[in-house]
Amino acid sequence: MVPARESTPAVETRALRRVFKGSRGSGEVVALAGIDLRIEHGEVFGLLGPNGAGKTTCIKILNTLLYPSSGEARVAGHDVVREAAEVRRRIALVSGGENAGYGILTVRECLWMFSQFYGVTSAEAGPRVDRLLAAVGLSSLAGTLINRLSTGQRQRMNFARGFVSDPEILFLDEPTLGMDVNAARELREFVMTWVREREGRTVLLTTHYMAEADQMCDRIAIIDHGLVRACDTPAALRRSVEGGQHVELEVLGVPEGLSEVDGVPIALGAPHPERGTHTIKLRLSDGGRLPLLLRSLEERGVAVRGVSTRETSLEDAFIAIVGRGLDDTGAGS
Amino acid sequence: MKTPRGDTAGAAPALAVRHTGARLFVQAMLARAHVRILGSLREPTWIVSDAIFPNLGMCAFVLLYRALGAPRSYEALAVVGGVLTTYWLNVVWGMGAQLYWEKQSGQLQLYFVAPCSRMAILSGMAIGGLVATLLRSLVGVAIGVWVFHIEVAPFSPWVLAGVFLLTMVALYALGMMLSSVFLLFGREAWHTANALQEPVYFLSGLYFPIRSLGALGMAAAGVLPLTLGTDALRQVLMGPAAQGLLPLPVEAAALAGFGVLFLWLAGRALEYLEALSKREGRLTQRWQ
Repeated sequence: MVPARESTPAVETRALRRVFKGSRGSGEVVALAGIDLRIEHGEVFGLLGPNGAGKTTCIKILNTLLYPSSGEARVAGHDVVREAAEVRRRIALVSGGENAGYGILTVRECLWMFSQFYGVTSAEAGPRVDRLLAAVGLSSLAGTLINRLSTGQRQRMNFARGFVSDPEILFLDEPTLGMDVNAARELREFVMTWVREREGRTVLLTTHYMAEADQMCDRIAIIDHGLVRACDTPAALRRSVEGGQHVELEVLGVPEGLSEVDGVPIALGAPHPERGTHTIKLRLSDGGRLPLLLRSLEERGVAVRGVSTRETSLEDAFIAIVGRGLDDTGAGS
Repeated sequence: MKTPRGDTAGAAPALAVRHTGARLFVQAMLARAHVRILGSLREPTWIVSDAIFPNLGMCAFVLLYRALGAPRSYEALAVVGGVLTTYWLNVVWGMGAQLYWEKQSGQLQLYFVAPCSRMAILSGMAIGGLVATLLRSLVGVAIGVWVFHIEVAPFSPWVLAGVFLLTMVALYALGMMLSSVFLLFGREAWHTANALQEPVYFLSGLYFPIRSLGALGMAAAGVLPLTLGTDALRQVLMGPAAQGLLPLPVEAAALAGFGVLFLWLAGRALEYLEALSKREGRLTQRWQ
């Protein structure tokens, strides 16, 4: 039975949990510790979290590539375990850095091949492939063998592959990973236009890039250690930490285990590869406290090399919620 | 950057018009076969490795029989065996190893998430491999006919076509099954296939009359589809001079049985593999 679209969300998970066996009997690894999500049709929804947070595991379960250990996941109203075939008819997956297709095929042949795996009719497949190639700027390379494409060109082709079936729900797993800035920006715009022009199409995006999530997503779930820590619009997430001053310090000689200064929690970044300095990020409710805090740091032997302040960003919200930045030490692996 | 218009712009998020069921199966199968055929035409080095090299062993045996003054029928035996060697190599390395390669290249995950049947993908690989190898095996036929002037006279072209088809179905269905086995056991299966290659050549009697193996050898060889296919084709092409292992109808029936059995096993192996992959979280990633 086909669920009524109006009454069912595009994606829904309840207490979704996934545990992997550790390597060589090293116990269990909890990738998802019980995730509840509800994503409505027409949303661009972001899963934001550090490495090892459980983003890709969640995407794999929703794409019928993994069984959950417990809990429930439904895509377009269909259970991902019991109704996997129905789910697959409605979805497409693009993962950043993947190598789709075969080197001996041309770009157009590769996209055509994938359209056939999704049952796109012959009348539609050719024109759609051509339109997508134009959209990702690969028209002039349509007849080029894939093994002659640059990495960036291949990523664009892979990106286009996700759209050949005109999916109801598109999963983008770190889609701009390793792309140059311009290409990433163009592809983000492409996704947003695609969603805007097709009523009810849904995108679930996992990303490592704060700006990408901030720019693209209607709502964002911040995920860490297999749990959803917060879920709201980017603006609402920013508001949750608004007020005060966001300070970034470049410092030398940080004592081991430093996690707060004068009661202000800090996020300590990885050392700069050349300068050997660390970045300390913190938020002050009263900007006037900054000189006192700098003095406290110096008293602890920390040499402050640079100070900058800025507006509230999604990253600030992330740090406030998770307790560290995406690229900071302790982010897991 | 512009978004392509005209597909379903402004429409409700209903599914786009797409084929399903049997039509999707055929569509996916032909698309995957298409890749193999194109690949064989675009990679000339494969012609050397898959068409020329496998026939060198055949040439050596023909020359040996000629030097020893053996009956001319022995030369024909070796040529038929040499032609089938081309298919066997394609089955083991082109079919059996294919899913393993797909995993290594990251392609397997894309197949697993597509709505088409995985058997359609495997069938496409088999059909594409068969068509591509058909062209290459003609090199062996050409060497036999024009270089060594072997004499064969099929008693019926229809029976010849039927036996060839049954042989190919049995061989490629075995290859489809092996592809899951290779993927499951990875490099160990690879080494096993390598280790078995020469014994299979030997037991299949590709270059000599299978009856030479004696009763025990014949019994062992009789369970290999390659043996039965080789022997059946020789019987059709050479008549009594083929020194057949079993009566032709029995071999044809056994080949048909092997085809059905291996196809069934290939389907079950794929189901098992997919379930294992979902349960343990491996196989669809290169590093797992």
